[in-house]
Amino acid sequence: MQSFTYERAESTEQAAAAVAARPDARFISGGTNLLDLMKLGIERPAHLVDISRLPLDRIEETDEGGLRIGAQVRNSDLAADPQVRLRYPMLAQALLAGASGQIRNKASTAGNLLQRTRCPYFYDRNMPCNKREQGSGCAALQGFNRMHAVLGASKACIAVHPSDMAVAMSGLDARIETISPRGETRTIPIGDLHRLPEAMPDVETVLAHGEMIASVTLPPPPPGRQVYRKVRDRASYAFALVSVAAIVEKSGDRIRSARIAMGGVAAKPWRATAAEHALVGAATSDTAFTDAAEAALAGAVGHGGNDFKIPLAKRTVRYTLATAAERA
Amino acid sequence: MAKTMTSENRPSGPHSGAIGRPIDRIDGPLKVTGRATYAYENALEDMAYGCILGAAIAKGRIAEIDTAEAERTPGVLLVMTHRNAPAQPDFGPAVTPTVPEVFTRARPALNSRWVRYYDEPIALVVAETFEAARAAAGLIRVRYDAEPGRYDFRMRVAEAYAPKRTNAGLETDSVIGDFESAFAAAPVKIDTAYRTPFEHHNPMEPHATLAAWSGNELTIHTSAQTLVNFRAGVASTLGIPPERVRIVSPFIGGGFGCKLIVHADTILAALAAQALQRPVKIALTRQQMFANAGHRAEMIQQVRLGADNDGRLAGISHDVWSATSSFEEYCEQTAAFTRSLYAAPNRITRHRLVPLDINRGEWMRSPGEAPGMLAFECAMDELAERLSLDPIELRTRNEPAQDPERGVPFSTRNLVACMEEGARRFGWQRRDPTPGRTREGRKLIGYGMAAAIRPNYIGAATARVAIDRNGQVTAWLDMTDIGTGTYTILTQIAAESLGLPIASVKVKLGDSRFPRTAGSGGSWGAASAGSALYNACNALKQRILEAARSSEASPLHGANATEASFADGEVRVGQRSASLADLIAEIAPDGFEAEGSVAAGATTESYKAYSQHSYGAHFAEVEVDCDTSEIRMRRMLAVMAAGRILNAKTARSQILGGMAWGIGAALMEETVLDPRSGHFVNHDLAEYHVPVNGDIAEMEVVFLEEHDDKANPLGAKGLGELGVCGAGAAVANAVYNATGVRVREFPITLDKVLAALPLTAI
Ligand SMILES: Cc1cc2nc3c(=O)[nH]c(=O)nc-3n(C[C@H](O)[C@H](O)[C@H](O)COP(=O)(O)OP(=O)(O)OC[C@H]3O[C@@H](n4cnc5c(N)ncnc54)[C@H](O)[C@@H]3O)c2cc1C
Ligand code: SF4
Repeated sequence: MQSFTYERAESTEQAAAAVAARPDARFISGGTNLLDLMKLGIERPAHLVDISRLPLDRIEETDEGGLRIGAQVRNSDLAADPQVRLRYPMLAQALLAGASGQIRNKASTAGNLLQRTRCPYFYDRNMPCNKREQGSGCAALQGFNRMHAVLGASKACIAVHPSDMAVAMSGLDARIETISPRGETRTIPIGDLHRLPEAMPDVETVLAHGEMIASVTLPPPPPGRQVYRKVRDRASYAFALVSVAAIVEKSGDRIRSARIAMGGVAAKPWRATAAEHALVGAATSDTAFTDAAEAALAGAVGHGGNDFKIPLAKRTVRYTLATAAERA
Repeated sequence: MAKTMTSENRPSGPHSGAIGRPIDRIDGPLKVTGRATYAYENALEDMAYGCILGAAIAKGRIAEIDTAEAERTPGVLLVMTHRNAPAQPDFGPAVTPTVPEVFTRARPALNSRWVRYYDEPIALVVAETFEAARAAAGLIRVRYDAEPGRYDFRMRVAEAYAPKRTNAGLETDSVIGDFESAFAAAPVKIDTAYRTPFEHHNPMEPHATLAAWSGNELTIHTSAQTLVNFRAGVASTLGIPPERVRIVSPFIGGGFGCKLIVHADTILAALAAQALQRPVKIALTRQQMFANAGHRAEMIQQVRLGADNDGRLAGISHDVWSATSSFEEYCEQTAAFTRSLYAAPNRITRHRLVPLDINRGEWMRSPGEAPGMLAFECAMDELAERLSLDPIELRTRNEPAQDPERGVPFSTRNLVACMEEGARRFGWQRRDPTPGRTREGRKLIGYGMAAAIRPNYIGAATARVAIDRNGQVTAWLDMTDIGTGTYTILTQIAAESLGLPIASVKVKLGDSRFPRTAGSGGSWGAASAGSALYNACNALKQRILEAARSSEASPLHGANATEASFADGEVRVGQRSASLADLIAEIAPDGFEAEGSVAAGATTESYKAYSQHSYGAHFAEVEVDCDTSEIRMRRMLAVMAAGRILNAKTARSQILGGMAWGIGAALMEETVLDPRSGHFVNHDLAEYHVPVNGDIAEMEVVFLEEHDDKANPLGAKGLGELGVCGAGAAVANAVYNATGVRVREFPITLDKVLAALPLTAI
C-alpha cells in the first residue's frame, strides 16, 4: 500500500471535479472493496475523495411512480426500505443475499455497482492478469476458474462481476444517473454501465474518469411476481456461483411478460432478453421454463473449472421462473 | 440403553463439586470486553514494525534483490535479506533423527538465496510504522532464476516413497494375516478411492510475535500452543541456550495445530530486534499464512473391505498417498486409527508420500483421523449398502473384543453404546436405506452416521500450586488455553481438590517461566496438565496436613485420624475440622507450595497394557436442493464417550467446534494449489470457505458416562479433536442417502452432485 492524500468532498460537483483533476484520484465510499484492493497494492490511488458524507442517502419516489436511490444509500438501508420490500422484493432479496451484515452496513449503492471482480489471480500481484496489468496475460483462462464467466467473456479475461444487487437492478431496468466533472448529468441504462472485457478488461464501465454516480432510478415495478435466487457454496457470506432474478407476469396460465437477469455468469449482470421474448404467450409449463433456460444460456462457453455453471444456471433459471410463476 | 451423564451418577472424587460443572469460561469476560491481550496487541516503548516479503516463485534462486529504494523510504530502519541476515544453522535434513526434534529444530529464515516454496520469506522490512514497512516492502525489486518445480500431486503419485515413520513416530505400515487372499475370497467387497484436498487451519488470530531483548535475554510475546517447542525452536535457530528465551502467550485466538512450532514471524522478529536493539513486532498476513503456517496435505486413500454375507469383515486395507514437502517430511498418520477401529483377521495399513516443492504440512485438527475417517467411514457406509445392512449394525458386528492390532484390552470402549444412544435420540429408524427417495418440497433429505475414534495421549507435564494465608490458591503451568477452556477446567480441578470455591483459585498459564507442560495439541492438554495439577494439589494437601498435625499453633495439632478431607473451605481430620484459611494463617503465614507431575503416556505401563481411545458416534441430516444441488445441514448429533468430563459446557463447545469442522471438510474446505506455479490460489477467507453460522443448523452433543481409570488419576481422556473425527463422514453419508450420488472427492461441492442429479418435474 502506498501513501495517499485524502479529502472529504463538500458537494457532488466538487467531488467529481476533484477526482477529474488528477488521473490517480479515486472516489471512496464505504471502502469495503477499494480499501482491500489498496492494501494488496492492486489499486494504487495517490488521492482519495471521500464521498460517503455527501447528502446522497435518500430514497425518494419519482414522478413516474418509481424510486430514486441516492448513491450513498447503504445496502442494509436499501434492503430494509418498506417501498423496496413491498414493490421491489427481488432487490431486497438480492441485497440480503450479499456479503455480510457488517459489510452491508458500510457498502453504498454506487460502490456495490462498481465493485471489482473477485478473480483470485486479479487479487495476487504475482500472477499475470490483463485486468490488473493490460497485456500480462490471463492466469485464470487455464487456471482455477471455477468462479468465472460462461457468457460474454474473451480470451483476454473471463472474470465475473460479483454483485447481487446489480442483478436485481438489471431485471428492474434501473437507470444510473451520473454527474460529470463539469456538472453535466447523464442517464445510463444499467445494461450499458458495465463493459464486456473484449480486448480491454481493465476498462470495466462506460464512466469517464471523475464521472460520479449520483443516484439509481428504478422505474415503477413491472407487473408480475419477483424472485431472486442466489446459488452459492455455503449458506451465507459467499459470492454467487450463479444467481437469477426473474419476474413473471401471468394472464391465466399463460405468460404475459417475463424478465430474466443472471449473475455470476459474466462481467456484467446478464439480461436474457431472447429467453424473455420466447416466454411471452407461452403456457406456464415445465417445457416453457426449460426452453427459456436453454435460450438464456445460448452461446455459453465453459473454461474447465466452471463448466458446471452452464447446467447450474439453466436449472436455476428454470426453477426461478417456475417460482415466479407460482408453479414451484 | 446407555446411561448418560447426570449430576447424581457422575463419577468423581470424594470431594465432588467443581469438576464437571458447566461453568462459564473464566477468561470469557476478558475476551468479550477486549481486555485479553493477544500477541500483536502487546506494545512496548520504542517498538518497530516488520513486514515480510515473500517469494514470487516456488523453486529457484534469487538472482538479484534490489533493496535500495526500500531502504530510502522514510521511517525504514532495516531491510533484511539473505545478504545481511545474521548467520543461522542450515535447515538440515528433511527428517529429524528423532521424533521430538521436529518440534525443536532450527528453522532459519532469510539464510539462503534459494527459494524452496512459493511465498517463502525473502526479505524483512522493519520501520517506525507498519504502513511504512509495508510500503517499502512493495519497493523491493527481485529477479529470480526460476526452476521447474513439482506441484501436481495427482500426476506424481507414481513417485511415492515409504517414509520411515509417520507423525508421532507411528509405524508407516502394519500388516496382519494375509489380506490379499482374504479379500480375493470375500463374497462382498468394497474397493474404492477417495481424495481429500489441501486444507488450511485458519485460526482467527494470525501468527504474530513481539520480540524484545534485554541484554542477552530474549522475551517473545507470541501466539503459541506449546511454549517449550517455541522456546527450543528459537534457541536452536539463534544459537542461544533455551534458558535465555522467554515465551509469553497467555491468550491464543485459535491454533488448530498450526501454532505448535515456530514460524518466520517469530524468528525474524527475534533477529531484527537483536539487530536494531529495539523491540520488533511482526504478524503474518492472512494470505501469508497459507504458505507459511502449515496445511493439511492433499491425499488419495484407497480403502478395501472384504466381508462375508453377514457383514463380518475378513479383511481391511487402508492405503494412503499424501503430498509432502521436498525439504521437510511430514506424514499424517491417516490410516493409524484403522488399526484399532474394527475387527478383522487380515489387515493392511500403509502410508506413502509424494514430494512436492511446497512448504511442510503441519498437525491440523485431528491429524490422521480427520481425513482418514472421512474416507474410511464412507467406505463402511458403502459396504453397509452393498450388504443391505444398517450401517450401525455393520459396525456393531465388527466390534472387536480387544485392540485388533496390538492385542491388548481397551481401557474403555463405548462405541456401540454411543451408536445405540445416538440412533435412539436422532430417530435413525426414520432413515430410508434406499437413497434419493425422501423429498420434502424441492429438497431431498438424507441421514448419515459415522463412528468416531481418537487416541488418548498424555504428555509429560508439571504444575506448581501455592496457597496463601487468606486461603487463595494460585497455580502455574506453561500450559496454554487456545480458546478451549483450559483456564476454566484447571481452576475447577484445583478448586475441587482443595475444597475451595472457584473464586479462590487463580490459574496462570502461557509463560515459559512456569513449570513445563506439553501445551495444547493432540487433545492431550486437559488430561496432561489437569493430571499434573491434580497431583500438585494432592501434594499440597499432604504438606498442609503434615504441618497441621505437627504444628503447635494448629487447631488440628495432634489429630491422628487417617481420614482427612478438604471440602467447603474446611479441613477435616477425623472428627475435628478447621477453616483452611485460618489454619494456613496459623501454621504457615507464608503459605505452602507444592509441585505435581505426570509422565508422558507412551512411557507408562498402563499405556502399554491398554489400548486407550475416546469414542463417539456422529449423526447428520442434510437437505439437498433438487434444482441446484446446494447441500445444507438440517441437524447433527454427536454422542461421545471420552472418560470423565471436566466441564460439561466447555466439553460440549469443543465437540460443537469439531462438528463444524466436520461440515467444513465434508462440504467446503479446500485450498487449490496451482500446478503451474505452486501457489495456493484461494488464499484468503473470502475464497477459502469455512462453515459460517448459516451452515451449522441444529447441533446436539451428548456425553455418555465414563471414567477411564487406566488413562490418568482424573479418569479424563482427550476430547478436543474427537468432535471432528467421523463428523464429515456422517455428513457425506447423509448426502449420499439424500441423493444416491456418492462423491469421493472432497469437499462435496454442489457441482460434483449436480451432474448426477436428474431434473425434478415442476
Ligand atoms: C468478504 C466480502 C464478501 C462480499 N460478498 C458479496 C456478495 O456476496 N455479494 C455482493 O453483491 N457483494 C459482496 N461483497 C462486495 C460488497 O457488496 C462491496 O464491497 C460493496 O458493495 C462496495 O461498496 P462500497 O461503498 O464499500 O464501495 P467502495 O469500496 O467505497 O468503492 C468501490 C468502487 O466504487 C467507486 N465508487 C464508489 N462510489 C462511487 C460513486 N458514487 N461514483 C463513482 N464511483 C464510485 C470507488 O471509487 C471504487 O472504485 C463482498 C465484499 C466482501 C469484502
Ligand atoms: S479472468 Fe480477468 S481478472 Fe482474472 S486473471 Fe484473467 S484477466 Fe485477470
